[in-house]
Amino acid sequence: MSTLVEEVVSKSSIPETKYTAKDFQSDQDVRWCPGCGDYSILAQVQRIMPDLNVTREKTVFVSGIGCSSRFPYYMDTYGFHSIHGRATAIASGLKLARPDLSVWVVTGDGDGLSIGGNHMIHLIRRNIDVNVMLFNNQIYGLTKGQYSPTSEVGKITKSTPYGSIDYPFNPVSLALGASGTFVARTMDRDPKHLQQIIKRAAEHKGTSFVEIYQNCNVFNDGAFFTFTEKESKEENVVYLEHGKPLVFGKERDKGVHLDGFTPTAVSLKDGKHSVSDLIVHNENDSTLAFILANMTYNHLLPRPVGIFLSIERPTYESQMTQQIKTAVEKKGKGDLEKLLGSGDTWTIQ
Amino acid sequence: MVKKTKALDEVTIRFAGDSGDGMQLTGTQFTNTSAIMGNDLSTLPDYPAEIRAPQGTLFGVSGFQIHFGSTEINTPGDQCDVLVAMNAAALKVNLRSLVDGGAIIVNTDGFNDKNLKLAGYQSNPLTDNSLSKYQVFQVDITKLTSLALEDMNLQTKIVDRTKNFFALGMMYWIYDRSIDNTIHWISSKFKNKPDIVEANTRVLKAGWNYAETTEIFTVRYEVKAADLPHGKYRNVTGNTAVALGLVAASVKSRLDLFLGSYPITPASDILHELSMYKEYGVKTFQAEDEIAAITSAIGASFGGALAVTTTSGPGVALKTEAIGLAVMVELPLLIINIQRGGPSTGLPTKTEQADLLQALYGRNGEAPIPVIAASTPSNCFTTVFEAARIALKFMTPVMVLSDGYLGNGSEPWNLPNVKQLPDISPKFRTNPDNYLPYLRNETTLAREWAIPGTPGLEHRIGGLEKQDKTGNVNYEPENHDKMVHLRAEKVERIANDIPPAVVEGDEKGDVLVVGWGGTYGAIRSAVEAKRAEGKSVSHLHLHYLNPLQKNVGEILYNFKHVLVPEINLGQLIKVLRAKYLVPAVGLNKVQGLPFKSSEIENKIDEILGGK
Repeated sequence: MSTLVEEVVSKSSIPETKYTAKDFQSDQDVRWCPGCGDYSILAQVQRIMPDLNVTREKTVFVSGIGCSSRFPYYMDTYGFHSIHGRATAIASGLKLARPDLSVWVVTGDGDGLSIGGNHMIHLIRRNIDVNVMLFNNQIYGLTKGQYSPTSEVGKITKSTPYGSIDYPFNPVSLALGASGTFVARTMDRDPKHLQQIIKRAAEHKGTSFVEIYQNCNVFNDGAFFTFTEKESKEENVVYLEHGKPLVFGKERDKGVHLDGFTPTAVSLKDGKHSVSDLIVHNENDSTLAFILANMTYNHLLPRPVGIFLSIERPTYESQMTQQIKTAVEKKGKGDLEKLLGSGDTWTIQ
Repeated sequence: MVKKTKALDEVTIRFAGDSGDGMQLTGTQFTNTSAIMGNDLSTLPDYPAEIRAPQGTLFGVSGFQIHFGSTEINTPGDQCDVLVAMNAAALKVNLRSLVDGGAIIVNTDGFNDKNLKLAGYQSNPLTDNSLSKYQVFQVDITKLTSLALEDMNLQTKIVDRTKNFFALGMMYWIYDRSIDNTIHWISSKFKNKPDIVEANTRVLKAGWNYAETTEIFTVRYEVKAADLPHGKYRNVTGNTAVALGLVAASVKSRLDLFLGSYPITPASDILHELSMYKEYGVKTFQAEDEIAAITSAIGASFGGALAVTTTSGPGVALKTEAIGLAVMVELPLLIINIQRGGPSTGLPTKTEQADLLQALYGRNGEAPIPVIAASTPSNCFTTVFEAARIALKFMTPVMVLSDGYLGNGSEPWNLPNVKQLPDISPKFRTNPDNYLPYLRNETTLAREWAIPGTPGLEHRIGGLEKQDKTGNVNYEPENHDKMVHLRAEKVERIANDIPPAVVEGDEKGDVLVVGWGGTYGAIRSAVEAKRAEGKSVSHLHLHYLNPLQKNVGEILYNFKHVLVPEINLGQLIKVLRAKYLVPAVGLNKVQGLPFKSSEIENKIDEILGGK
């Protein structure tokens, strides 16, 4: 940090007294459609922020364009509502300039995976310590209902009256493929899980990528109801918990077994398989993470939700800071006069 | 044999060979040595976009021209006096640059049947008398080089790569320069490769000795030191001067420098240069694309860095939307465009100044930004420093225009006194009482810079239209109208903060030649030549292109004719005509090359009707 910046910003990021959720609510009216899943996500984030133990002034929310990207206006922290797709790149620059800040990106499936797909994968591979929350509603909401890069094949939308022929991204696989160090999935309609995952994402050093299933009740209502509603949820979702077997079902009577490299759903009741035959989740195992991510669009398998991967790799900004530190140690703090007069010089009297 | 020495005021030499022949290196070495000897000089590298084009072809020819002298040197020279041609293609491409009666030094080994065929020669120009109006010196450089290294057991490829040093050694002898500087450079450049140091040094000396001993060269020339102002000097290219100017601005603003950049010709050297300056706290970020390059810089600026993005025209095109964002959020940012030939990919390694209108107007909505342009390689330092001052003081993105000619060209630079560079440090807002993100300074209309980490100033900014003062999202018609005017007025008020334009020559007269950017040297030479003939001609060179200095109109009205030479189809002239309603005349050339001063002189003569 430059001397001038150091003079004005707080030395510490730890709050003197504990915040409440209310401390994170800005004075702006929330303007999402009534019933939008974004409300829940906002509420959970505001609720969990006090537990993160970071001052409001050291917290920055950056977003691009889309419904989800209005998020920063509603957080009483520093915020930057930027341009379509570029939040990840803006957040990268901010975090590199100011490693002392807690930097968050709020984006959507269009903003983060379509127009901003390139910046997203590069942020993840660099492992800059930025927390990405990708609200996936499988539709373009703000532009009123076109298919997105996560919409399912065959989807009828305003721009696909004959059905979409685009094959969708699986955001978790994409993040893993980009060498993500923290990759997770959660859902707007599971507040407790959402809070847990956000907290873990915030604690992770490096890019954390969290896909959040989010219901757009106007243009794509019920897209995730199979996974979020009481009557279908337990039969169709498997929660990934570190060190625990992949059990699911209303009666906890089903599990996911690994047949070679292929996950298969098995019954724990038919006498052929027991809990000990099931995959035991290990969030530090990147190979397993790929296998689990790959379950996503397989309709014979439950949808995995939770932390797919959480591993350590040096962050970009820590290495950048280290290179500067080493250079100063080796060469001494830069002297402008010496720099200008470097190389071959001569004097005219 | 006693050889004669003749004194010369100025000389232009062009080194030309295959793009793998090391001509840029040879030219740079000759330049640095001449600079240290006290000559004034100007250089023009001229190389193809292909890294290693097929050997011996016309499109693979790489050239480097240096104009040096004991007098003031403003341009790399309209034509060269001496052409060093390492092969037939180099001769073919560059012969038109040579003055009648000029000297050609050729490597005869580069004129075998294959070379001649590739160059499209029907017969060998060295023997068919077609070069009779020039002095031709034939030297088998390849053979002499391998003889010099005979006992070293080096691979032919390595031997072949040293032959440019033979040519350089000869030129050093002919122009009475010391070889010591280059020997020193070789030893430090290849310090881990003793064989290469030995080979290059030997060949350099062999070239020198050959020129001294043989009877081919009977005259050597002396070009005395120029009468330059007092001070400490170094030779500098425009791109290096940009990098140094940015570091200076970082030191004098007490802000860390953040560069977001994506490799692009001819701007990449700035990224390379700045990536070396870690001990100055400089953070360079090679982004995944041009958009990430600028948006990462905007993020850094939000965090309180001196943020910069460097690029060329195609990159600016991609950054356009983000520049608009910086206009809207009113954060300081430098966008540095080292212009090249366009449109599209265009001519990556050739110069042009056709991005002026893009800089001034190339964004959606009413999105005015200050635009300033450098006029010479060393002026790039002053220009970026001034751009940083304006960006920080007025909280605005600033576009700096340089070009390939300035970026790669070099000249001696009288080093500035670091202590005399002004303090340009901003004042961050810290007081939370009554803070509103879009409250403005009454004089400059700049909003305050409140950076994350400052307690009590938490606020949100963004690309949606802002409500005056509060910065809240607002779509009301009157508010938008007001904000559009405020943003425009803020940029206009920069005119109150910059020095008036200065005319070189008389303030009233027949012809005023108005230029901007890299045409400075050529215009200055042309105007000086005409003034020496007693003609009433003056020169106005604009560094500030938006806003224009307040006295520009007044200056224009004092002349009967206004001539605007530009390396484009007439961009500044449109601005001057629109703003001042003057019947200016253009001189336009878009060949990827700088103006020759003779071209400008001819146009002045034409305007004056031969009077």
